[in-house]
Parts: sequence; C-alpha cells; structure tokens
Amino acid sequence: MQLRNRAAYGFLAPYLMIFATFWIWPIISSFLMSFQNTRVNPWVFSLGANWGRLFNDPAFYNALKNTMIILIVQVPVMITLATVMAVLLNSPLLKARGLFRFAFFAPVVVGEVAYAAVFRLMFNLDFGIINKLLNSVGIPSISWFAEAPAAMALLIIAVTWRWAGYNAIIILAGLQSIPGDVYEAATLDRVSKARQFIYITLPLLKPIILFCVILSIIGSMQLFTEPMLITNRGGPGGGTETLGLFLYRQGFTSLNFGYASAIAYTMAALAIVISLLNLWVGRDQK
Amino acid sequence: MKSQSRSTLVRSLALHAVLIPLAIIWLFPLWMMLVFATMPDYGIFSPQIELLPSTHFLENLSNLQADTDFIRALMISVSVAIVYTILSVLLTSMAGWALARYQFVGKSLVIAIILGTITLPYFVVVIPQFIMVAREFKMANTWIALIVPPLFNSLGVLFMRQAFSMMPAELFDAARVEGVKEWQIFLRIALPLARPTMAALAIILFLASWNNYLWPLLINSRPGMLTAPVALGTLIGLTKVSWGGIMAGAVMLTAPILVIFILLQRHFIAGIAAGAIK
Repeated sequence: MQLRNRAAYGFLAPYLMIFATFWIWPIISSFLMSFQNTRVNPWVFSLGANWGRLFNDPAFYNALKNTMIILIVQVPVMITLATVMAVLLNSPLLKARGLFRFAFFAPVVVGEVAYAAVFRLMFNLDFGIINKLLNSVGIPSISWFAEAPAAMALLIIAVTWRWAGYNAIIILAGLQSIPGDVYEAATLDRVSKARQFIYITLPLLKPIILFCVILSIIGSMQLFTEPMLITNRGGPGGGTETLGLFLYRQGFTSLNFGYASAIAYTMAALAIVISLLNLWVGRDQK
Repeated sequence: MKSQSRSTLVRSLALHAVLIPLAIIWLFPLWMMLVFATMPDYGIFSPQIELLPSTHFLENLSNLQADTDFIRALMISVSVAIVYTILSVLLTSMAGWALARYQFVGKSLVIAIILGTITLPYFVVVIPQFIMVAREFKMANTWIALIVPPLFNSLGVLFMRQAFSMMPAELFDAARVEGVKEWQIFLRIALPLARPTMAALAIILFLASWNNYLWPLLINSRPGMLTAPVALGTLIGLTKVSWGGIMAGAVMLTAPILVIFILLQRHFIAGIAAGAIK
C-alpha cells in the first residue's frame, strides 16, 4: 500500500516543477519586488519607492477609476445579457437552435487581436460602419477614439460582445441542470411562466450567476489587450488606461519592475476584496 | 386547448423577435471581419456603406505578407499551440491522476495551493516570469520561452483530477492484483477512459495558446519569432499599413478556430461549462 502511493510523487513531479517555477515562485517574487527599489543597482528594500509612490500617483488613480467604471457598468450589463441569452436558448419553442448558439458562442473563440482590429475599423470616425449606420438614421457621428467617454463605451461594448456568450454557456449549463419536474409541479399548480422564472429559476441559478460575476470581475480587472489595441494604448490621453495597461507601461516600457509589482498586488487585492464582497452579498440568508 | 396553442405561438414569436436581432448584432462583427478582409483598402475607407464581401482576399493576404512575415508567424503559432497542448494535457493528466488516486504526504497542501492561487491575476506572475526567462535564463525569442512558462496553468489538473476520481476503484485494483505497474495502469486503463475529458481540455488549452497575446508580446519581440497575434498586433496602430491585410490576417486567425468550434461544439461547450461548474 505504502509503496504504491509513492508512485504519486513520480506522476506529480514534472507538473509540480513547472508550477513552482513559473507560478508559485513568481507570486512570492513579485510580492518581494513590490518592496524594493528596482531602479537602482543592486535593488534595495524601500517602502516608499513603490507603495508610497503608488498612493500619490495621479496616473494610478486614473487607471483605477477607469477600471472601476468598466467593471461597474460592463459586468452587470453583460451578466444580464448572458442570462437572457441562456434562458432564451433554453426555450423548447426555439427554432434553429444551433444557429443561435453559434451566433452567441462564436465570439468566445475569436482572439483578442483579431476582434480588436475589427472593432477599430467598425468604429472609425469617418469610415466606420457604425457611424455610417448612425448617420443613416439621423444620429451624428460619434468620435469613438477621440473622446474619453465614447472610448470607454466602445471598450465596454467590445468586451461585452466578446464575453457574454462565454457566460451564457455557463448559465445555460446551470439551467439545464435544474430538474424538469420542478416546473411540471409549478405548472400543475397554475404558476405562470414569469413567476416560475422569478421564484424557481433565478434562485436556483443564483450560485452560478454569482460565479460568473466573480469570474467577470477578475477578468475585467485585468483588462489589457482591448485598451492596448482598440483604443490605442489607453487613449485618448489615458482616458481608457486600465490598471493592466498602466502596469504594462510601468513594468515593460519603463522597466520599473518593483512599481509594476505593487500595481499587480493592488489588482490582486481588489479582485479578492470584490469577490468576497460578492460572496457576502450573495450568501444564503437563513 | 386552442387558446393554449395560440399562447404558445405568441410566446414563440416573441422569443424569436428578441433572439433574431440579438443574433444579427452578435454575428455582425464576424461578418464585417470577412467583408473587410475581402475588400481593397479604398473600399474599407470609402464613404459608402459596404456590407457585402468582395474578392480581394488573396491580394490583402499578400499585402499583409509584405507588412510582416505572417506566414512564418502562423507556422510558429500553430506549432506552439500543438506542442503546448500535448505537453500540458500530459503533465496535468499525470498530476491530476496523482491527486485523484493516491494518498501521500503533502497531497492536501498541493491541492490547497492550487485552489488558493488559481484566481490570482496573471499580472502578479508575469513580471518575475519575464525577468527569469529573459534575463536569468537568457531565453527570450526562443521556442522554449513561448511553450514552457505557460504550462503552469493548473486548470487541467483540477479538470483531470475530477475525471479520474469519478472512475470506479475496482477497475484499477483488479489490475494491481494482476501485478500491473502503476504507470501502466495510468497509461493503459485510466487515460483511455478519460479521453472525453482530455479532448475538452485540449480544445480549451489549444485556444488559449493560439490566442495568447501578452506573454508572446513580452518574450518574443524579435522579427521572425513573433506569433501570429503579436505580428498582427504590431501592425494595428501603424499609419502606413494595409488594413485589408490586417483583416485578412484576422480571418486567418479566426477561421480555423471557428471551423474547429463548429465541428467540436459539444466538447468546447462541455469544456467551458465543466471548467466553471466543478
């Protein structure tokens, strides 16, 4: 028995070596780095160089503000849309189910760079199809890239398009795991479909929706490629610079690794706090 | 009975009245990708509304190739994604098997560390990873740099552990009585049984590698060692560049994966759903 269990170390060792080198050690290392001044050689311990600077840096507050706005607007909009998609896709009355599923789920497999390129063209001020369509119904062109609020809206639209289907897949799986006899009983008791949805479906879906919310918060917190490529490195003038982009600029353009590490840990702390807050809000009231 | 069927009809109409416009909006960017990719640059930047594909795809593709060595970048992306997927499925299957089927010292610690850190932002590790690979190992712009560090991904471990722990123990015990070695039990009995889970995992990992942007952007910046998304990304934002070419590249990145998606939709969806609902 003991001998047999020893085989486990052999199975585990190759993965564990990679995991320790490229995941666990970096987690520790960036934590240590966030307390070091990495702009001098050799690096020295310094609390002020990164953490002191961070909380006095207007660029940090700008990135934090942008990230929070995106989070607060985008996550609820997307989760609502995803729930609607999932519920409608689950309807027995639906025709051409495969086609609709394809429409909503396809963006999930599209790479960030590819869709960033399309969105840049679609939302172009003078030649973009979106402004042309807006003009054709009498709405003046919106300069999606030159004005910060419009650029933020563009990012929110893009991210929602890309990720709503992903969440819909998860919610749909949750819907399909609700046993049908629950609804049969309700129908026999003449409970209307709308009330069934509010009193049966939503409460049973709550843990899954909560999971999607937390997953989306963690994802949106790390938003990087979209503001990098769609709104051209957080433009206009930092108007869409997110924490991820701010970190990239500090870490890999200015090569200030210590400061970038402090930003990374701020991001992690925020993700944990917001997730816990959500779990607390969504806890079972008994 | 008649009013019943009428209300069903009304509900069905309402359902489709919501879903059809929503589906059209959702498909629109993909459709426009195709339209742009087949249009000459003067067509993309024309004042007319253009909603139908044209015939300039190959021309755009050769414009793209003139802007960046996209064919080489595609080859690198394909090779990296394949090797990464195989290695990752193998490594995480072995680890998942160990964690599902054996009792050993440190087991619960390993599981706790994996679960406790899985939702940490990638940005927490990317800086030390970069310093390690680029500066200490001096391996920037290599195949190893593209493939090995992303193997840390622990999703597969949880995924495979789940699959292995659901298999009946008698299956393996019977083999042990016969004197079959542990690694043979794993290779000959457990792995074949876990094939559907491995397929779902492989698809998710392949997609992640194929679309990966940040890590290849950081670590492989030398022309000739760029992955396809990075090569395309460097063109976005340049002024003198063929936009038709960029869109042709976007189609080349998207079309193969969409075909795989259509063919293997069930595995895809199972992978995403199971990754979420443990």
